[in-house]
Amino acid sequence: MNTHPTPVLISRYAAGGAGVDDATVWAVEAHLESCAACRALLADAVGPATRDLLDLVGDGIAAGIAAGPGPTRRRRLRPTGVTARILPWLATAVGLILAALAFEQTVRSLPSLVLLVAPVAPLLPVAAAWSRRTDPAWELMATVPRRGLWLLLRRTLAVLAAVGPVLAVAGWLTGHSPALWLLPCLAFAAGSLALGGLVGVDRAAIGLATGWSVAVVLPSLAGRRLPAVLEGGSWPGWALLTVALTALVLVRAADHRRLGAGRI
Amino acid sequence: MMRAVSAAETAPTSYAWAVHAERLVVRAGRHLAVNGLDLALGTGVHGLLGPNGAGKTTLMRALATVVDPADGRLSLLGEEVTGRSDLRRVRRGLGYLPQHFGFYPRFTLREFVEYMAWLKEMPKAVIPGAVQRAVERVGLADRADSRMKTLSGGMLRRAGIAQAIVNDPQVLLLDEPTVGLDPEQRLHFRELLRELGVDSCVLVSTHLVEDVAVACTDVVLVNEGRLVWQGSPAQLAEQGGTGDAGDSAAERGYSALLRAHRAQVTA
Repeated sequence: MNTHPTPVLISRYAAGGAGVDDATVWAVEAHLESCAACRALLADAVGPATRDLLDLVGDGIAAGIAAGPGPTRRRRLRPTGVTARILPWLATAVGLILAALAFEQTVRSLPSLVLLVAPVAPLLPVAAAWSRRTDPAWELMATVPRRGLWLLLRRTLAVLAAVGPVLAVAGWLTGHSPALWLLPCLAFAAGSLALGGLVGVDRAAIGLATGWSVAVVLPSLAGRRLPAVLEGGSWPGWALLTVALTALVLVRAADHRRLGAGRI
Repeated sequence: MMRAVSAAETAPTSYAWAVHAERLVVRAGRHLAVNGLDLALGTGVHGLLGPNGAGKTTLMRALATVVDPADGRLSLLGEEVTGRSDLRRVRRGLGYLPQHFGFYPRFTLREFVEYMAWLKEMPKAVIPGAVQRAVERVGLADRADSRMKTLSGGMLRRAGIAQAIVNDPQVLLLDEPTVGLDPEQRLHFRELLRELGVDSCVLVSTHLVEDVAVACTDVVLVNEGRLVWQGSPAQLAEQGGTGDAGDSAAERGYSALLRAHRAQVTA
């Protein structure tokens, strides 16, 4: 509205609109909403009783705001529970790799311990990230729609991202080809996810780690030589295995969403 | 705090019962904890009563899609629940408070409920508002930013209820929700139950016959894995005679029905 209502009309409106027709009251109201100057006139026009009431309400609201809780800080969702829970397991895996590195650097007669533990070291935190025993809210987790392969992959990749750099440093210090520690590590991670769809990820990971230790680590420590599967030329086999197992995990994605997947 | 209602929520459903079980069999270990149970639940608050070991918790776990039914049929929100089905859609409409409510002690209450809301695949934009609303509904708004490990037993129970209702579930399963609540909180909780039961199917398992008599629209009595009786709280009260054990009409009705069922089984 371009024309301002007259001060007389505003004071009538302030007094309750007696003697003014409804259409004019609406027009004045609509104008007041958008015109600060006329609102100032209205404030002068109202009686002392109304002004007292407004002051009282204003004070009450201000006191309520001052006494109430502050606005919550907006922040990104932080699903930190998993991280905190598997931290000890991550530390164990890192410790294992560092111990292997120390042994390899000091005891030269033994076969490369870094290469021997690289495939299985990350399996420990992977198992912990998806295990009923380490998760206090497991029963709730079993009922949520997001439970499934993608959540599992997120956690597995997070574990690999944490353990990977340590392995990289160990591999670089000992001078091994990255293909010989990275590919077996990925193959075993994919293998425990693929097998995990059937028997539970924690069981699968622990089973694979035990199997590797018994079938490969112990004989090579006893024989004091690196097994053939970790020799320089073996990497195409590991690459093939990793790709095949990853494909199997993706094909069998529904296994991880099933009722009671990874139960007990 | 109010919440906008989407068109999807007001659309008519294509199923008769939110929870429908036919000759349902569920194992707890080797034991058949639920053994041939028939149950049909619609909108409202259903109180699940039964003696210890009647299969209440196992039934709850099966309905919450934690365990796989061994036999029989179970459909939730019109979708068949079997070992092979994709449960994502059903699970989005579920709220569950387990008997043993596990939580992350280092999370604040708000973080925990937010995390659960995220796991329930709620849109990111609505999560903060929904979390605040859930926390307010259980009366924990002033403790929302305390760590879970500093909450008392009754508060944890209410925190569990908050995470269960955060996604406004169509099927809400509460296993022993009143354990550890003081009398005033229980009154408040009954009020909340009535509110929730207006537009969703709420199943409350409890030992307290009084809670059921006051707050529920429907009573489900199970024993030894089977449905014994289903009816309204008023009908339950009518079942008992003066000779039955119990301090109130509902308790007398409960013991009369159980006694009759046991006599029938042994006969």
